[in-house]
Amino acid sequence: MSELFSKKNKEAFVNPLGLNNPVTVQVLGICSALAVTAELKPAIVMGLSVTIIVAFANVIISLLRNTIPSRIRIVVQLVVVATLVTLVSEILKAFAYDISVQLSVYIGLIITNCILMGRLEAFAMQNGPWASFLDGLGNGLGYAKILIIVAFFRELFGAGTLFGINILNYECIEKAGYQNNGLMVLAPMALIILGCIIWWQRAHRKELQEK
Amino acid sequence: MDNFLNLFVRSIFVDNMIFAFFLGMCSYLAVSKTVKTALGLGLAVIFVLVVTLPVNYLLQTKVLGPDCLIKGVDLSFLGFILFIAVIAGIVQLVEMVVERFAPSLYASLGIFLPLIAVNCAIMGASLFMQQRIGLDATDPKYIGGVVDAIGYALGSGIGWLMAIVALAAIREKMAYSHVPAALRGLGITFIVVGLMAMSFMCFSGLKL
Repeated sequence: MSELFSKKNKEAFVNPLGLNNPVTVQVLGICSALAVTAELKPAIVMGLSVTIIVAFANVIISLLRNTIPSRIRIVVQLVVVATLVTLVSEILKAFAYDISVQLSVYIGLIITNCILMGRLEAFAMQNGPWASFLDGLGNGLGYAKILIIVAFFRELFGAGTLFGINILNYECIEKAGYQNNGLMVLAPMALIILGCIIWWQRAHRKELQEK
Repeated sequence: MDNFLNLFVRSIFVDNMIFAFFLGMCSYLAVSKTVKTALGLGLAVIFVLVVTLPVNYLLQTKVLGPDCLIKGVDLSFLGFILFIAVIAGIVQLVEMVVERFAPSLYASLGIFLPLIAVNCAIMGASLFMQQRIGLDATDPKYIGGVVDAIGYALGSGIGWLMAIVALAAIREKMAYSHVPAALRGLGITFIVVGLMAMSFMCFSGLKL
């Protein structure tokens, strides 16, 4: 059992959640992180989908790593990922149709999400299946974490709701002069909020600052 | 022809790949440090988009769409896997052709071509096109033929090029300014892109 949770495996899981976060530090998978975060619900579904796909793609590639000729490895990786994404997309269409419509093309774009290719190339090609699974899980959850933070602020200040439940839209709050900021649900504020999250993180972690 | 121009202009300004849909953001942020490399990547993106979108259009309408191969069978769900295969294959092909016949172009674009296979702008454009084929013919976003697909590809590519060159120019100038230590690099870049996106919002009311 101690083998399964060795120090290295634990690091593979914990690092991406904070110090080596795929979105804010490695700058991977930004497209979908920004596009699906206008509300919390699609953001969580997207985060979970990516987590599942990264974890399983990592395991599959890690199992195949010694049989893939290195010249065609990118194609093999793309095919494995595309198959998993097709599965997730069909499952979403069957069981959560509204959300799959909201996420539209961004589910399909998980295929070209750099987090996947990055983790497959950098980790799964060199490590065993269990470590790769943990690494995929950690990176997926690190990605989901940023999505949820961004979506929280955008939905709260943009629409005054969380998970569609009314939080700020009351008469007494409106009388005090507060109004929902429609700009929050549009594209530009997603970028600015993510910029501020990176600012906050780097202000606390001096070693991440760029010269 | 009407729709060609309409799609072309719309996809540059209103449906800009970067500012409206965040597509191709990873390479957008990574390769926008100098104007020269940004221009190279932008041109490569236009090139690959214009080649792949018509192919994917034919694939969608002649092979994958409802009732195309077998009566009553809709193969659209295979789109993900086939589109990415087409993109990866064409990028590989383009790389070889350019290397053989235009060595000087290869020297400036060559290193970017493999990057583009996994650029979400290309895949995203294909997936948006798949959605738009299913729209009503009167919708301004409708793509109804190979020519329309080329117009959409050209417009999206030029919009992307414009966005990356603009950001690269700003970042070159920004190197001389005093940015707070924690914001330096990535943080300030995000905020700059946010402000640029805000200014592009003024095109969203454009009626064509």
